[in-house]
Amino acid sequence: MNILVYLVPMALGLGLAGLFAFLWALKSGQYNDVEGAALRVLSDDDIEK
Amino acid sequence: MAEALDLSLYAKPEGVGTLGVDLAVEGITCGACIARIEGAVRHLPGVTEARLNFTNRRLHVAWAEGALAPAQILRVLEAQGYQGHPFMPLRAEQEEAAEARRLTRCLAVAGFAGMNIMLLSVSVWSGNVTDITPETRDFFHWASALIALPAAAYAGRPFFASAWRALRAGAVNMDVPISLGVILALGMSLVETANHATHAYFDSAIMLLFFLLIGRTLDHAMRRRTRAVAGNLAALRADSAHRFDGDEVVSVPVAVLRADDRLLVRPGERVPADGVVLGGGSEIDDSLITGETARRRVAAGATVYAGSMNYSGTLTLKVTAVGGNALIDEIERLLEKAASAKSRAMRLADRAARVYAPVVHVTAALTCAGWLIAGASAHDAIITAIAVLIITCPCALALAIPAVQVVASGALFRAGVILNAGDAIERLAEIDTVVFDKTGTLTLPEPRVVNAAAIDAALLQKAARLALSSRHPLAVALAREAAQRTPYDGAVEEAGQGVHGVIDGVEARLGSAEFCGLADNAAPANGDSSICFAHGAQSATIAIAQRLRPDAVEAVNMLRARGLDLRILSGDRPEAVAPIARALGIAVWAAALKPADKIAAIEDLKAQGRRVLMVGDGLNDAPSLAAAYVSLSPISAADVTQAQADAVFLGERLQPVCDTVAIAGHARALMMQNLWLAALYNMVAVPVAIAGLVTPLIAALAMSGSSVLVTLNALRAAKGRSRGRR
Repeated sequence: MNILVYLVPMALGLGLAGLFAFLWALKSGQYNDVEGAALRVLSDDDIEK
Repeated sequence: MAEALDLSLYAKPEGVGTLGVDLAVEGITCGACIARIEGAVRHLPGVTEARLNFTNRRLHVAWAEGALAPAQILRVLEAQGYQGHPFMPLRAEQEEAAEARRLTRCLAVAGFAGMNIMLLSVSVWSGNVTDITPETRDFFHWASALIALPAAAYAGRPFFASAWRALRAGAVNMDVPISLGVILALGMSLVETANHATHAYFDSAIMLLFFLLIGRTLDHAMRRRTRAVAGNLAALRADSAHRFDGDEVVSVPVAVLRADDRLLVRPGERVPADGVVLGGGSEIDDSLITGETARRRVAAGATVYAGSMNYSGTLTLKVTAVGGNALIDEIERLLEKAASAKSRAMRLADRAARVYAPVVHVTAALTCAGWLIAGASAHDAIITAIAVLIITCPCALALAIPAVQVVASGALFRAGVILNAGDAIERLAEIDTVVFDKTGTLTLPEPRVVNAAAIDAALLQKAARLALSSRHPLAVALAREAAQRTPYDGAVEEAGQGVHGVIDGVEARLGSAEFCGLADNAAPANGDSSICFAHGAQSATIAIAQRLRPDAVEAVNMLRARGLDLRILSGDRPEAVAPIARALGIAVWAAALKPADKIAAIEDLKAQGRRVLMVGDGLNDAPSLAAAYVSLSPISAADVTQAQADAVFLGERLQPVCDTVAIAGHARALMMQNLWLAALYNMVAVPVAIAGLVTPLIAALAMSGSSVLVTLNALRAAKGRSRGRR
């Protein structure tokens, strides 16, 4: 069962990475315009020129 | 627009040499608008950023300082078919945004901690019935503690802070039992873990926080959404005023007006601020302020109020009061009195909390005492008492009402109703009397042609199209009938008289009877306004008056069918109110009421034990809206009135009023169901906890089970509207 000593902290570390990714996304305003994001993906203005 | 609107007030510095402005944009209908608006604005010289937030319909533009005049942005938007309105973020809105972010962060931390602890806890529970070694179990418990303690310290802050505030004020709110339960559960688990015990409640404590935070975040999200909509509306309504700077007239936002500024008010415009007439003469329509539909003649020295419509002539004003002061003194005084006298209905959740907290604490104390008397050890008695506190923690209760409110406010939003107050839904469900204002509420806010059936349709169309060339309010009302929205070429407006032009090679005139050469065409006998039209040999007198909202009769009948008592309280003349009351079949009505009379009438109804829904739009209605149990106002209402109303409805129809009552009734029923579900859960769970049989596994199942049940039930509130429609 010694393997748990590595595995549990690793699982926690991965979880924390996810948490920080979410907090970063929140902070950088990615949840400010949820409806717009869903529509922007349909526009083709990035393939002109 | 000939004059440029001065927007420098709204431009804010952003970084070095860059200015930014926020605009509320009107007319956004679909996703394609995003690219069109952003593309057009980005092509302006000097623009460094243009970002449209589709969710709240706001455009943020940043540009290099001095590279462009902000008014250019509005012109570009206008060319694309959108209306941009400079927007000043409200302080309250910014604070709520910060609070929402804080809650979301707490929710994320609690969610992360809850998932990881649950992972460890499930291993322990399955190990307990198989072959887990005590060392492994201790390791898992310590790992849980390591996650739970910092997570609870972070995510629990909203509850701890609120509980502390309540305790210091000598009161008890829902957060007191929550905080106590969480802290005791964590403390006990820590002691148990140090003693190598089988059970620890770290997962219960964190899950509890997670569920409670969901409820709190939902509650907050709803209030923020209504606040954002209200902010946009305020921006859309912020009109511009024509101010004299020396001899030059510039167009400025009303927000920059100061007392003693001189303003020009042209026919067909609303008076932007309270003031005294310096020069010119005109007729003023005060219906938005007093409900009176007959027009008032004003000349130099007369006082005019913000929101009045200027009819016939150009006026020069001196501003006497602006912004917050722009109220008739009496209305302000009455408003204060009405708002303070209003015994706000206690929120359902608070009422539940008042009963709940003491019962929970007494039950826990009795459990502890009972087990001690029965001969259990102090350790066992305390642990059982804490288990009672944990299992009774009101997560289902905390979700029961916010979840319904969020779903119901979404349904209301789709029905065209925007809530100003979060607890309005509860109060709307309890009404038994509806009091309507007449002008602008039962009738359409703008006058319409009333004798269209008596006029040749083709002739009316010609008149309406010619009316497009005039800004006179009667012409504007007539122009609403025009099917073709392009004005005739070469139509000329003679100020104060009418419009003339050439249609199909024949001279046409629209205006007063003399202007059209129709001295014999009599004005309508009943006092309605009229406008004459002559086209060659053909002529018509078009009567224009306040008209009922198109579905008023239907909506009033629907409300009556719900068993509500309907009344009209109007500030207008009796002879204008009587036909409306007759058309709607409303027997109880009163006319020529001053704001104080309206309040007295509503206080009377309240004294009879009635719960009154007041629907009104005028400035004279604002105090009675505040005095009523709950209030609604149309979007065309005066600013102050809208601020007082618990909800605002959009559009020309009265149907949203019926929808609101129906949705609120349905939502209230669901809230009560949810409260009973939560109570039922406690009735089952508490005896089990008192008996000392609650393991962490049972606590976890019971808590999440009841929360999910309550949330699923709340989702049914979305159906309220279709039911109301039928």
